[in-house]
Amino acid sequence: MDGLGEQRIRLGYAQAERHVRPGTDPGRPGTGPAARWSTASSVEFRTRKAHSMDVGLFVQYVMNGLMLGVMYALVAVGFTLFFGVMNIINFSHGDVLMVGAFVGLATYLGVSSIGVENPWGQLAAAMIVAASAMALMGVAVAKYLVLPLKNAPPLNTLLITLMLGTALHEAVRLFYPRGANPQRFPSLLPTDAYSFGNFTLRIDSVILLGTGLLAIVGIHLLINRTKLGLAMRAVAQDEDTAKTMGIDFDRIVLITFAIGSALAAFTGILHGLYYSEVNFAMGLLLGVIGFSSAIVGGLGNIYGAIIGGFLFAALQTLGVVAMPFASAYKDVFAFGVIILIMAWRPTGLISEKISERV
Amino acid sequence: MPKFRFTHFAAVAAAAMVTGLALGMSPAGAKEKVTVGFIGPLSGGTSSNGIGGRNSADLAVRLRNADPNAKYEYELLVQDDECKPNIGVQAATKFGANKDMIAAATHYCSAVAISTVDVYHKFGLPIIVWGAVLPDITYGNNYKEIHRVNGTMINQNETAAKFMTGLGYQTWAIIHDTTDYGKGHNKYFSENLVKNGGKILGTFGVTSDQQDFFAELTKIKSLNPDVLYFGGLTPIGVRIRAQMERLGLKAQFQGTSGIVSDTFIEGAGPLAEGVLAFREGAPTETLPGGKFFLEQYAKQGYSDPPEAYGAFAFTAMNLILDTIEAVGPDRKKVRNALNNVTGSNAADSITGKVDFDDHGQNTIAVITKYVSQDGKWTVWENSEYASGMRKLKGM
Repeated sequence: MDGLGEQRIRLGYAQAERHVRPGTDPGRPGTGPAARWSTASSVEFRTRKAHSMDVGLFVQYVMNGLMLGVMYALVAVGFTLFFGVMNIINFSHGDVLMVGAFVGLATYLGVSSIGVENPWGQLAAAMIVAASAMALMGVAVAKYLVLPLKNAPPLNTLLITLMLGTALHEAVRLFYPRGANPQRFPSLLPTDAYSFGNFTLRIDSVILLGTGLLAIVGIHLLINRTKLGLAMRAVAQDEDTAKTMGIDFDRIVLITFAIGSALAAFTGILHGLYYSEVNFAMGLLLGVIGFSSAIVGGLGNIYGAIIGGFLFAALQTLGVVAMPFASAYKDVFAFGVIILIMAWRPTGLISEKISERV
Repeated sequence: MPKFRFTHFAAVAAAAMVTGLALGMSPAGAKEKVTVGFIGPLSGGTSSNGIGGRNSADLAVRLRNADPNAKYEYELLVQDDECKPNIGVQAATKFGANKDMIAAATHYCSAVAISTVDVYHKFGLPIIVWGAVLPDITYGNNYKEIHRVNGTMINQNETAAKFMTGLGYQTWAIIHDTTDYGKGHNKYFSENLVKNGGKILGTFGVTSDQQDFFAELTKIKSLNPDVLYFGGLTPIGVRIRAQMERLGLKAQFQGTSGIVSDTFIEGAGPLAEGVLAFREGAPTETLPGGKFFLEQYAKQGYSDPPEAYGAFAFTAMNLILDTIEAVGPDRKKVRNALNNVTGSNAADSITGKVDFDDHGQNTIAVITKYVSQDGKWTVWENSEYASGMRKLKGM
């Protein structure tokens, strides 16, 4: 097993760790998270001067950006998980997230109707049912759609997941009661709010932010510190070698899909709690943004996904702050910058250490 | 499927007309037969409004034919525009080319109405729009043939601006979606607000599928307006209302006709309470002749309800029939007479007075103010907010 760690690891956590230390690699300036943070804050301070923004407002923007960033990063981590293990781009990820949110909502309505009134109980039920249901669905998708196409061109898997996503959101639109309409998502967390000047902090926002970060850390630990994670990395790197070492390839793929889909359900519920609303189309743009974040960070690298997610959120927030009267163009601005970054670094900000595709 | 039967009949009638065949059902009386038309969406997503409008126009014709004092016997031809511009243009051309057709009540969908106005002008066929709200249908041209009995988003925002400044609000921030609908609302509300002394602190365009509005709302919070005006439709209206709460943005929320739907209240839940919105038209039963209209409508035993704009279709058709009675079945004469329905010649109708300006737009268009109270859109005058029992934000 030790040999594995020294081999070239597709998920590349160890290498990424080395890369992100700023200054250690003069050939790649400003690519690590630390460098990114200093860029972001200097930009924000500049706008602060330009608009004479007060501290409360500034903190509010940072909080909004962080929350949005966690959401994007969670989606991007999902994409990375599938790609890292199986080299597939799972375009249904955004829609699985949406279905997870709807299952959570339906569970909440169900347990409330049978008399569970404690919000923590309702939330736990929603989380558990949604995550398990999506995990099962993920296993089914892997078993019946993805594994049979293992030897087909990757484009086929990409297309089949894209079609699955469309089928999922159309199904919710048509079969969920009044599914075409936005659905109110209940506030199940304490909503006490504290105001500091222009900054309003709600306890539930803090909990959501913390939980989201914990989930990302959890996935990271799972992949890097557990035996299961080791097996996933082994499969990612070399399927045949992994098999000869006694790793059941199919089982690892199924588990990865279960984890990725459960993560999507978790993110969907987080999303619902944060925006107090879910709708059948929410997965579409979220999927595109999550995927772009994963790509721009360096697909197949969990740090890249996290950086990509926060970068995208920062760009969108900056788009509104810097151009308050052209706010309709904030997505154009954000995607434009992402395109430029991708032109500059085609393999992402943190590229895989060894890329077989080169 | 009465809808299908009716369309079918209309098609047969139209075909008979074109080939010059008599249907063999000419009235026994000596009255001259006059043909009038109706176009609306009878199939597709908005068909309930189209069918309600069709029945209402049909009601006007039936009542007239039952009137012994009427000079003519009227026949109503009906076309389905499917709420699609290309189908609407075909229907309009059919009517225009039909020499017997004197005038018509047409279109519920703005996109259809705006693409057919040229056709009516070319054929010189006078029409009255009974449902479409886009201002350019009447104001984007100088065609004498085009009239409209229902109000537009201009009227809606005029009323909104007057009403809100009248309540004492002074400053606004605006969020609008960047479709023609949202941009139109922004334009007309801003114009009218400035006229009425209100001040706009900031305007934010957003895409119609945006999820996260915290950046815009944080900016708005720093501007600290009395009111947040939202020009757009229900889905993002729900999101904005929910996100205002998370940011602790205390401004009064004001929407347009785009959010006057049960969906908004379901989506926003308790946060919908106290939200204001404005819509062209009024609940039919509160119209001046609403009771009479609903009674007569019920008597005919139509299987579908008249819906929100049925009363306007009735008014449009009734005005056409009145005009033909007065000046005779001649397109030019009817057109000129309709253009003369203004000032002291303003017509009475079940929807109130009809007074066309020089673009054929009814200037006394009914606009209803709504406030969301206890999970229902309540007419402002009947609400506890108007009586002072509840208070709007910042009041």
